[in-house]
Amino acid sequence: MAALSEEQQMIKDQAVAWVKEQAPLTTFRAMRDQGTELGFFPETWSAMTELGWSGMLVPEAYGGAGLGYQTLGLVLEQLGRNLVPSPLFASSVLGASALMQFGSDEQKQRLLPSIADGSRLMVVAMDEGPRFNPASVATRLLGSPDSLILTGEKCFVMEGMAASDFLVVALIENDAGDPSLGLVRVSADAPGIHRKPVKTMDSRGYANVSFDQVAVNGLDVLIGEGNIEKLFDVAGVTLSAEMLGSAAAAFDMTLEYLKTRKQFGQVIGGFQALGHRAASLYSEMELTRSCVEAALAALDQDRADVAELASLAKGKTSEFLHEMSSQLIQIHGGIGMTDEFDAGFYLKRARVVEAAFGNAAYHRDRFATASGF
Amino acid sequence: MSDLAPFRAEVANWLSDNFPQSLKGQGISPFGGVEGEAEIDQDAALWRDRLASRGWGTPTWPAELGGGGLNHAEAKVLSEEMHKVGAINPIPLLAGVGGTMVGPTILEYGSEDQKRRHIPGICSGKIRWCLGYSEPNAGSDLASLATKAEDNGDYWLINGQKVWTSGADISQWCGALVRTDSSVKKRDGISFLMLKMDQPGVETRPIKLIAGASPFCETFFNDAKAEKNDLLGNLNDGWSVGKRLLQHERASQTGARPTSNKVGLSLQQLAKQYVGEDDQGRLSDPDLRTRIASHLMHTKAHGLTVARIAAEAKGNPEVSAAASILKNSATRVSQERAELALEAMGNQGVGWEGDSFTDDEIEHVRGWLSGKAISIYGGSYEIQNNIIAKNILGLPETTQKG
Repeated sequence: MAALSEEQQMIKDQAVAWVKEQAPLTTFRAMRDQGTELGFFPETWSAMTELGWSGMLVPEAYGGAGLGYQTLGLVLEQLGRNLVPSPLFASSVLGASALMQFGSDEQKQRLLPSIADGSRLMVVAMDEGPRFNPASVATRLLGSPDSLILTGEKCFVMEGMAASDFLVVALIENDAGDPSLGLVRVSADAPGIHRKPVKTMDSRGYANVSFDQVAVNGLDVLIGEGNIEKLFDVAGVTLSAEMLGSAAAAFDMTLEYLKTRKQFGQVIGGFQALGHRAASLYSEMELTRSCVEAALAALDQDRADVAELASLAKGKTSEFLHEMSSQLIQIHGGIGMTDEFDAGFYLKRARVVEAAFGNAAYHRDRFATASGF
Repeated sequence: MSDLAPFRAEVANWLSDNFPQSLKGQGISPFGGVEGEAEIDQDAALWRDRLASRGWGTPTWPAELGGGGLNHAEAKVLSEEMHKVGAINPIPLLAGVGGTMVGPTILEYGSEDQKRRHIPGICSGKIRWCLGYSEPNAGSDLASLATKAEDNGDYWLINGQKVWTSGADISQWCGALVRTDSSVKKRDGISFLMLKMDQPGVETRPIKLIAGASPFCETFFNDAKAEKNDLLGNLNDGWSVGKRLLQHERASQTGARPTSNKVGLSLQQLAKQYVGEDDQGRLSDPDLRTRIASHLMHTKAHGLTVARIAAEAKGNPEVSAAASILKNSATRVSQERAELALEAMGNQGVGWEGDSFTDDEIEHVRGWLSGKAISIYGGSYEIQNNIIAKNILGLPETTQKG
């Protein structure tokens, strides 16, 4: 980013300090060891809501701060550095963005203030199979306006066990009877909803959720101006900001090790094979950062090239985090393989977020299509 | 930046009065040293002189030395307006390395007298400079150079051999790194001398390259002479002068090379032409399609990074170590593109000459071959990685043993 505003610099400094002091990796490790079903510590989440992060995106008219994606990205990057687990991404970023894009004014009035203060966890349920694929959604909303029924199965729902509400991606028929993808809000404890925790290697909270003939209030169908692709662009870009933070931390750990570990009577960073690998990784990180920052700016400016930049950002970040997390282990050697050391956390988290909202291959394909070939 | 509007209008006006329409969209070819149509060649000289009379060939250099005296924002406006009317700035091409490397270094290190004697010639586009850096036994390890200069009282006497001096056979001046002290550590005994190419002690032999052309020479100095007042920077401080010059070179190489084909087809269009597409408009070769997508994403990321680093360096025109990152990244963009284009063209991408191939096809092949030099000149890919590792990441030096 060319230059941060005074407010942005303050928010960034605050995030840097908070993550360092209040959310060290030892806290994440404690949560992992404890094996909580939620996938985060509630006290971590309350501290984050007190800092106002849960309301960063939500417009002031609906109880938030309306700060935009670039400013949010500064916080997400810092959280990514220490792999801080919280429902911030699932609810305050994705849930809030979905409402902001798709919701009517009534729906925004009713739901956004409680998302902004962190008391409501509004989680988008999208995936139905092992790979991200918006083209194959089978979950449907059927029936007449006064008796709507939601049926389907969703898997790998982020923060699915902690959610108070689901925003379910479903096929919704318009007045002409043509189905298109939209969003349906249901309370997580509504009759017919069953959720089961999914234990993933990043120790975060996921759930498989089934919706068995769930009755839906007509007021909870979100069919605004939104475009579901655009919502996934928001997801991909903001997740990229977090992933960039994780990758940057992995790079810093690696560089520190290169400067301190001695073999053959010298620090190993003095060996050209490793020096050049570090130089390549650093260069790739600089390129990746440019993509992420450009995509965040494009979201704020609602530019026409959001889709292209979103695929660029998520594709590039997925590639870089993949390589960086592997090199983190390789360059640390044996110690990198031990559970006692933190490198494994980054590797395990990397593969999970790489796959979320389209992996590098998905976004290369999408970028090619957008470029007309 | 509305305060630039009057300047923009002035430039647009001046261009409409002075830019010869015959050169519109001609690119660099009228300035490439090959004789073309008489009218175009005449107009090329006219355009060079008109541009030089405003100093706009070297827009940010001091006006009193023949430059344009513009600030960076104004220079950007000038370049945008020229682009709009299909005009190029031929001065940097005509001045050889004078505009991009030697000139900026003279402006930084030169005495007032040196600036007055050398800068106006570069600004005019009439004096071409070459660079005497590499030697047969001093490539990446440049500090091992052996060409010797002795102080003969009235002048410097130079003996030795340089190689890869680009355009040495058509240059009027040379900026050379020479050894002026053999008794100290190799980096501490080097000086930067400027000398005339047209003298009995200088001989050049063009080197034919794999792409067929001879853009480089071997240059031999046998008792060649340089004036005493043409030592740039301090005696035996040539290594810092020379390194600084290379930073200017890197900065000028951070943009990926423009595509060579005149019709301006995008890589994906070119690939479709040769490979075909499926019923959904996707390239028929899915493997190539993926690799082209990867390449285009990298190209985009490179462009965004150039812009980001420029924005972050705003108000600070210093050449930064980031130039090494950008040079390597630009190298990858150019070389990948050339490889992918060649692959897409199949057997039409292996032509050398003759009417079995179009001019564009041949140009692609030649460009692909000459482009292999990008990762070698100006500090090779590996040398740039050394610089990143040492200067940006703070890792220990790996190449200086003892």
